[in-house]
Amino acid sequence: MAARAFTKGLLGFRHVGAAKVKFSINGQHFATASSIKSPEIQIQSFTEKVPNPPLEKHDHFRLSELFTLKDLFDARVHLGHKKGCRHRLMEPYLYNSSLDYDILDLDKTEEHLRLALNVTAQTAYRGGIILFVSRRRQFCHLVETTAKECGEYAHTRYWQGGLLTNAHIQYGQGVRLPDLIIFLSTLNNVFQQHVAIRDAAKMNIPTIGVVDSNCNPSSITYPVPGNDDTPVAMELYCRLFKMSINRAKDKRRQMELLQGLSEPSSSSS
Amino acid sequence: WCSLIQSLSKPSCNSVMMLFSHFQLLIFPELEMNKIFESVCFFFFLVSINFFNHPLSFWSLYTIIHDRFRSIAYLFPSGLFEKKARPFMKHPDEVFPKQRAVQWGPDGRPFHFLFYTGKQSYYSLMHELYAKVLNIEKHQDRLRAKGLFSAEPKQISLGTSRWLTKEELEATLVETISSHDYDRFIQLMERMLSMPYSSLEEEFILRYRQQLEAQSMHQIVPPLQKDEKGVDFSTAEGKRKTSRSSVVVRDCGSGRITINGEDYLHYFPVLQDREQLMFPLQFAGVLGRFDLEATVSGGGRSSQAGALRLAISKALLSFLSETEGEAMRQAGLLTPDPRVRERKKPGQEGARRKFTWKKR
Repeated sequence: MAARAFTKGLLGFRHVGAAKVKFSINGQHFATASSIKSPEIQIQSFTEKVPNPPLEKHDHFRLSELFTLKDLFDARVHLGHKKGCRHRLMEPYLYNSSLDYDILDLDKTEEHLRLALNVTAQTAYRGGIILFVSRRRQFCHLVETTAKECGEYAHTRYWQGGLLTNAHIQYGQGVRLPDLIIFLSTLNNVFQQHVAIRDAAKMNIPTIGVVDSNCNPSSITYPVPGNDDTPVAMELYCRLFKMSINRAKDKRRQMELLQGLSEPSSSSS
Repeated sequence: WCSLIQSLSKPSCNSVMMLFSHFQLLIFPELEMNKIFESVCFFFFLVSINFFNHPLSFWSLYTIIHDRFRSIAYLFPSGLFEKKARPFMKHPDEVFPKQRAVQWGPDGRPFHFLFYTGKQSYYSLMHELYAKVLNIEKHQDRLRAKGLFSAEPKQISLGTSRWLTKEELEATLVETISSHDYDRFIQLMERMLSMPYSSLEEEFILRYRQQLEAQSMHQIVPPLQKDEKGVDFSTAEGKRKTSRSSVVVRDCGSGRITINGEDYLHYFPVLQDREQLMFPLQFAGVLGRFDLEATVSGGGRSSQAGALRLAISKALLSFLSETEGEAMRQAGLLTPDPRVRERKKPGQEGARRKFTWKKR
């Protein structure tokens, strides 16, 4: 029950629906798409062995060292689109606009980005599946390489209709859906909101999204207001996410090794 | 398999049905099988032996296991006596098509990083391809920076090759792709080929190219061989309908013809068949020069004669000049006759003959 309280803040949106198999291991909820089989019991042992880092302790992985405000400015993260493209819901995140070009507030960006990186790291620590999504052809290769290097997953191609909502037909029975989706660009090639944002919300999957001044930040769990058009900015984001995931995984491996060393002495559950 | 073994311990209808379903594996051990099938077959055989040594067993497949043809006749009784209507077994690979194994590990995490796209092999191929394009561009930029960029670098020798077709690509990737995807793939490949330093990734490009078979319109002339006595001879094969023949033409000078060990006069009493045999020799004007030794099987007398004629004409090519060979081809001696017996259709008396039409 204590474990349940831990995960409430992180994955509190996971109300498992009636149609899905309610599969909860040690407080960590999984919403699998299959109604017959569920993932093997080895996930149980994954969380049993190593205690999860406390979520109350802000920035357990010291991810604030990864970037500074100056880095964001140098990567031109604050540059937005023109006033005509501005989305109404992005107005709170704008600092100013000069010559009709919107400028995003980097203080807010920094705060949101820290939160997003923390969420990523905590998910990666618990062995969650992270999916990188971006429909920008310019950065498709970059995003896929980033995902490959972290050991996570990417989808920068045409999004077929039922990939999340119709998963047991698309992929087969017993597939495990992503536990976190990171949008490095929330718009698709026709400047409409990416279908995956709506689908992830339907499937109770938390999302992180880099929202530019022409994007809608409402359905995204952890929006990060920032520029998604410049290559420098995209490289910065990819680097930051990759580093946070790698840090979390390394920490996990360290803790498992420590647990493994101390196991003969302590009594196992 | 544990459940199968358990069920076998109690003779019942269910176990008999399971025996039937694995009958194929048991009765045809000479089929080249998967390791799984083999081990299963052997295991099942062992267990069945134990089972059927039981004195009260009413189903003694023990004798039937060893006599597979009698067992087929027993287990598949059929009112059809046509040889071609006999049941035949397909290889397990044809029955169970190649499927992809489960794509994720025991913790549920998929193995491939592009799993969630749906078409992981195709997209990973595109990713790899684009990476190679970028690599070539980087190499070219480096050379340009150093000033070593040559205008005429080594080109890939494509020769007579074509890109893999969509079906062939699907077969390599083991997943279906749309025609749009295929076009994109070819576009990117062409773009890579158009770059001057594409020879860096030659091996990768050639993997997706298919050599065109040199379809020569020229007749393949059988080689002229020499036997121990120094006599030239050549061998050729011919077919017509269901007859298959093989002929050895020797440059003896006797004009003797032996078919299946018999003299041709005895084998073909009818003049028409003997004329068919002689026609190629008469056409080439070498009637008495060669000695023929033939074997023929299948079909009737006329088709056997036709098969032999084709074989003789082919064998003669190695003794004749190009123009004479061309003349033979023009005469139609070298073309195998494509006509075969047309099947009988239901609702008709024969292949073409309909039933008698009655007005009322």
